Amino acid sequence: MNRRQFLATGGALVVSFSLRAQPKLPGSLAREPLLDSWIRIGADGGITVFTGKAELGQGIKTALIQVAAEELAVEPARIELVTADTARTPDEGYTAGSQSMSESGTAILNAAAEVRAKLVELAAKRFALPPERLSVANGAIRAGDGRSASYGELVTGELLHVKAQPPAARGNPRERAVIGKSLARVDIPAKLTGAPIYVQDLRLPGMVHARTVRPPSHAARLAALRTAAVEKMPGVLKIVRDGSYLAVVAEREYQAVSAMRALAAAARWNKQQENLHSDLQRLPSQLSVLVESEAAAPAWSAEATYRRPYQMHGSIGPSCAVGLYRDGNLTVWTHSQGVYPLRNALAEMLGLPKKRVRCIHMEGSGCYGHNAADDAGADAALAARALPGRPVRVHLMREDEHAWEPYGSAMLTRARARLEGGKIADWHYELWSGSHSSRPGPAGNLAPAWLLEKPFARPPAQQIPQPTGGGDRNAIPLYRFASTRVVHHFLTAMPLRVSALRSLGAYMNVFSIESFMDELAQAARADPVEFRLRHLDDPRAREVIRTAAERFGWAGYRKQRGRGRGFAFARYKNLAAYCAIACEVEVERTSGQVRMLRASAAIDSGEAVNPDGIRNQVEGGILQSLSWTLHEAVSFDASRITSRDWASYPILRFPDVPERIDVEVISRPGAPFLGTGEAAQGPAAAALANAIADATGARLREIPFTAPRVRQALGA
Amino acid sequence: MITLEVNGKPHAVDADPATPLLYVLTDHLQLHGAKYGCGLGQCGACTVLVDGEPVFSCITPISVLQNRRITTLEGLGTSDNPGPVQRAFIAEQAAQCGFCIPGMIVRAQALLSRNPAPTPEEIRAHMSPNLCRCGTHMRIVRAVERAARELKAAK
Repeated sequence: MNRRQFLATGGALVVSFSLRAQPKLPGSLAREPLLDSWIRIGADGGITVFTGKAELGQGIKTALIQVAAEELAVEPARIELVTADTARTPDEGYTAGSQSMSESGTAILNAAAEVRAKLVELAAKRFALPPERLSVANGAIRAGDGRSASYGELVTGELLHVKAQPPAARGNPRERAVIGKSLARVDIPAKLTGAPIYVQDLRLPGMVHARTVRPPSHAARLAALRTAAVEKMPGVLKIVRDGSYLAVVAEREYQAVSAMRALAAAARWNKQQENLHSDLQRLPSQLSVLVESEAAAPAWSAEATYRRPYQMHGSIGPSCAVGLYRDGNLTVWTHSQGVYPLRNALAEMLGLPKKRVRCIHMEGSGCYGHNAADDAGADAALAARALPGRPVRVHLMREDEHAWEPYGSAMLTRARARLEGGKIADWHYELWSGSHSSRPGPAGNLAPAWLLEKPFARPPAQQIPQPTGGGDRNAIPLYRFASTRVVHHFLTAMPLRVSALRSLGAYMNVFSIESFMDELAQAARADPVEFRLRHLDDPRAREVIRTAAERFGWAGYRKQRGRGRGFAFARYKNLAAYCAIACEVEVERTSGQVRMLRASAAIDSGEAVNPDGIRNQVEGGILQSLSWTLHEAVSFDASRITSRDWASYPILRFPDVPERIDVEVISRPGAPFLGTGEAAQGPAAAALANAIADATGARLREIPFTAPRVRQALGA
Repeated sequence: MITLEVNGKPHAVDADPATPLLYVLTDHLQLHGAKYGCGLGQCGACTVLVDGEPVFSCITPISVLQNRRITTLEGLGTSDNPGPVQRAFIAEQAAQCGFCIPGMIVRAQALLSRNPAPTPEEIRAHMSPNLCRCGTHMRIVRAVERAARELKAAK
């Protein structure tokens, strides 16, 4: 059977046989193996590259264009990139977990190399020359005698409509033209000049505006509503009510805001008894032992307990979506991290076949995980269904985003260890955490769906299995000990809504492990950097540690009064980028104010596609983690969230920002791409805590390190 | 009808005088530089200039803006022809998601108009009403410093 016949039959039996016979395809090619799912070339030579991943501000568009341009041997500007759209692009699940380069980048790299090889093969036939006598540049293939053919001339209908077949010979990593260069981000000029590129900016012809009225607490339900006065307000087109779900649609945006406020005042809610306060160790849990090596119950040299509160994504722009329901088909423009899973959730919520729902990604404000983007998609779907034929734009208010987004789970960790001969012999680590993954897929993970007349129940809390893990992400240290025991208490029912926040449990586990490593180094009277190296044999881990220490000037550091230095390291998920951070802080003893003065980081992301993009992510990760660690905790009373704006949930502002952050990118040409976007969160928090301990002698084990808490720790 | 002068042009606007300027900019005038972030004057994403001074457009009703000069991000340059502060932000790649950056550029413009050579401390103090969540602060400060240098060199 030849390839065309194979495609034509397309029978399940044949396909499954073929899958079993072939090795697993690299990256997301395993999910979407057809080459033309990723790359299409028009007769005019126009190249379109498709990715199921979305630009979230992490610069993924630029890096993916670089990867494709490199392997196709064209200028990056010649490539049009289409991102997440259920009608056009591959299904790559969520844009999450720092996996876009390893999944989509790897798929495009391999697909592009194979496309180029196919084009060379065609040109070789046309010129009756062996392929190795042809050269490829600028989208054309040339023979030594001057004959040439452009990609557009060579490509024919079915050429790329075939299953990828690795291994394709890829370009030489030592002769990169585009990969490894800090290409300027393609999305930045439009963002800096007000071009309408965010979903918040989308204005479709005939579009109207909706605002939602969320209940005052998650459990409250609508008891009574007077709508007459609101219906008469200027511009009001529709009040959408479905059970306890409430929204209003108006011609103009501010009319919708005014009507929403009037509607909120006209609603009466039944408040359910709730108790949001909880002792994490008393919540229902499932225990799993992640690592267990034989050891007698040791006498511990040190033990410590660490805590983090619920923390929020806190996107600067509240979530937004535009919905259009026409002829039984729903289209939603959304900044969701997963257009396909959201499509499935919306289809389930509305009782529509999946094929009648299309989700198109447009950029939103940075999300850092599962924020209210999907909820806003559901709001737009419900409002659009109530007003068929007209595009409806729903923009959440600040308090809706703050009070209803799913938070990063509160966590507690306990570490114990025994030292022997200056090294850690026994290590025992336990963690308690809620879920870090309650995304759609299921409609029950959309907050608006809980409020409907026929509500969707929240599905049971999900764990993400090792090796990536959820709450237990990075719970297993990369260090080598004689005996190790790591236990995860997965809390199955959290009182607050929780889901994925940048780096999931890794932030807390790395904070805990790396704080404890410093406590143990101190007990062993060892230098913290040298102490880490004693327990590490991975050469790449050792190199980022040495590089960060060198850049910081660790060896020659002279401590000034009120100042101190701290160090931390982790390999994100134990399988993605390696990141080490050293920082210096100043602590004002009387006020308890902590300021990070400077930080030096080193990161190994495998082959670096866009070094400045990596630096931008690491700088951003350090500053965001600094904000989480110094300032952030979601506040709530017995029944409701009280962090409803930036006054009640303060974050980092400019005067807190360090004077300098430098990041060294260690690139390894030809090596696999390693996810980077979340690698700095944990090390930054631990380096900060370690520097405070160095500056003051006081060990902070509970996040956030607010000024009153620091004062208390100092006994001031 | 209220007449507003935005980026040097008069616009007759049919809206309730209590409407915050931000909604008129985005919904009536299709100017998307100023962003809704909080509606409370806490984050600065909506910053515009009124007679050269930075103002939170999300809490400023249009009734107080007649006969005032309103400048938005769009008044500082275009994608094809960015203004000096925008060029400096592009040169420093001072954006991640970019949602807060229009407000940052507009606020920086106000500083540079009255203080052409600010120190890093002055920049931090001046920029403190504006929030960035991606952690682009280092680059934003560098971009403002660069804009100051380049504006000086151009004189």
